[in-house]
Amino acid sequence: MTARSIAMTIDQVAVRFGGLVAISDMSFEVGEGEIVSLIGPNGAGKTTAFNVMTGFLTPSAGRVSYRNTALAGLKPHEIADLGLIRTFQRTSVFPNDTVYDNLMIGLHRQGRVRLLDAILGLPGARASERRLRQRAGELLEWVGLERRAHDAAGSLSYGEQRLVGVALALAAEPSMLLLDEPVSGMNASETHRFVELIRSIRDRGITILLVEHDMPMVMTVSDRIVVLNYGRIIAEGTPEVIRNNPAVIEAYLGHGAGRA
Amino acid sequence: MKTIVTILAVTALASVPLWLRDPYLLNALITTGIFVIGAMSLNLLLGFTGQLSLGHIAFFGIGAYVSALTSLGFDIGLPGGFRLVHAPWPPIIGFVLAILIAGLCGYFVGLLSFRVRGAYFVIVTISFAEVVRLVALNWVELTQGPLALTNIPSIALLLPGFGELTLRTKFHNYYLVLVVALIAYLLIARLVHSHFGRSMRGLMENETLAVSVGIDVTRTLTIAAVISAAIAGAAGSLYAHYIRIIDPEVFAFINTVTMVIMVISGGKGSLAGPVVGGLIFGLLPVALRPVMAPEAQWIAYGGVLIAILFVLPRGIVPSLAQRLTRRRSGTTTLAPVGLTETGAKEPA
Repeated sequence: MTARSIAMTIDQVAVRFGGLVAISDMSFEVGEGEIVSLIGPNGAGKTTAFNVMTGFLTPSAGRVSYRNTALAGLKPHEIADLGLIRTFQRTSVFPNDTVYDNLMIGLHRQGRVRLLDAILGLPGARASERRLRQRAGELLEWVGLERRAHDAAGSLSYGEQRLVGVALALAAEPSMLLLDEPVSGMNASETHRFVELIRSIRDRGITILLVEHDMPMVMTVSDRIVVLNYGRIIAEGTPEVIRNNPAVIEAYLGHGAGRA
Repeated sequence: MKTIVTILAVTALASVPLWLRDPYLLNALITTGIFVIGAMSLNLLLGFTGQLSLGHIAFFGIGAYVSALTSLGFDIGLPGGFRLVHAPWPPIIGFVLAILIAGLCGYFVGLLSFRVRGAYFVIVTISFAEVVRLVALNWVELTQGPLALTNIPSIALLLPGFGELTLRTKFHNYYLVLVVALIAYLLIARLVHSHFGRSMRGLMENETLAVSVGIDVTRTLTIAAVISAAIAGAAGSLYAHYIRIIDPEVFAFINTVTMVIMVISGGKGSLAGPVVGGLIFGLLPVALRPVMAPEAQWIAYGGVLIAILFVLPRGIVPSLAQRLTRRRSGTTTLAPVGLTETGAKEPA
């Protein structure tokens, strides 16, 4: 890869739950503006790695830093304030609110006005509300959910809920986005559109780290791929390199599989 | 539509003392109104953050005692032979202090208990109310203990052009309670519809996700607790200056339960819910008294509660609102009752 500044550094991170080693000695870097995928069979430690990077889990050893700030000891909402925002695998929405209101909640970081101003309905607070509503509209358009704006998020299909989740994360103004299996539950055409969305997100200067099972999608969209198996990194490189790496083929398909 | 209903309801409530001549019923309406304010404050926590404060009466009672003591004055001994003497101040200052000190108590209770939520919060609030009750009962020098604080002065307002108006009659107190209730209602409405209200909703629906978009759980819940406690304190102060006598029984658990019943039956998480539930369960004992023996009254009271929750499980206001929208649009797009339980939890 060409020389670019480093956004995130994962340095010798290990996570143990009692005797179970979820991640051992994981080190890699993500460059600014890069799309990196973290792949591996189920149970390889991908989501655990996400939880460490976003402060939901404290690593047993090692350190994670984002834009030269060490994340150790920071709470998830403090990490979000650094611009590091994640989506979730399963529950990616506030189910009882409309899609539009979901985004209004997601815009929390931009809507901070003094409580008293909001209660008294001062001009500053009202202007902030107008700005947020406009921004929510823009985000809906960006991810293509305008027509669903006033439906309860919990009533949407899984694929659409994934999109709401991404829009929510975008609402938080990330400088780096961590997507946890965003296309699970999407059909082929939805996935295709999602790839376009990921590219458009990157084109706005947002770094992306992706955990995903959909191999064709990962191969299409990634600049670089990191492969985990049993909590260890077994390969790292461009999609071309990963596609032909014997260790990766073995991890996914077992012995004797010739082509991937 | 909603505005019209609100204006009609406020006008109707404001007209009551003009045609209702029965002082007994007016008294029932005033005490009910005070409890409705308490129920609204409880709803801010229970309905909009999902945290059940089962010691909510503590903030109400603290407001009552602070306000009463400010306006009565006290003279107590401190360790080391010092004495703390406070000369009586106007009750209106007591009202303000009641709000501030109850809010401060809300801050400490929130700070202590919101690091570990759910059942812990319930237990901390119950214990808090019980501790405060015991203090009120045993610190006789300050509170007179079970002998009660008596002769609490009525609130007096300094009106420009009119001079001082002492709110001694039921007529006056009715409007005082109505005005405070309206302010509390508007305050909560504004809060709930602000960015802060969205943070509370987000936390209640999906805490993990809310945190991931940058919402600070402890801060949000603590602020909600402070405002909730402050409003309850205001209600307590009104109570003290209207009834004009308070004893430690004000902290009784049954009073919290009454507020919870008002919130749940009217509909938690709806602004009008505690008002509707409060009016029903505040006035029900009055309606039942002439027709039933005291024991039967409580059975009927429970029966009404069960009936309401059986027919309208989400509480009166949300259930009726849902039926209304469904009839108008002819569809059933609204989320079913159980959606929160089934759709929300993901332990990251």
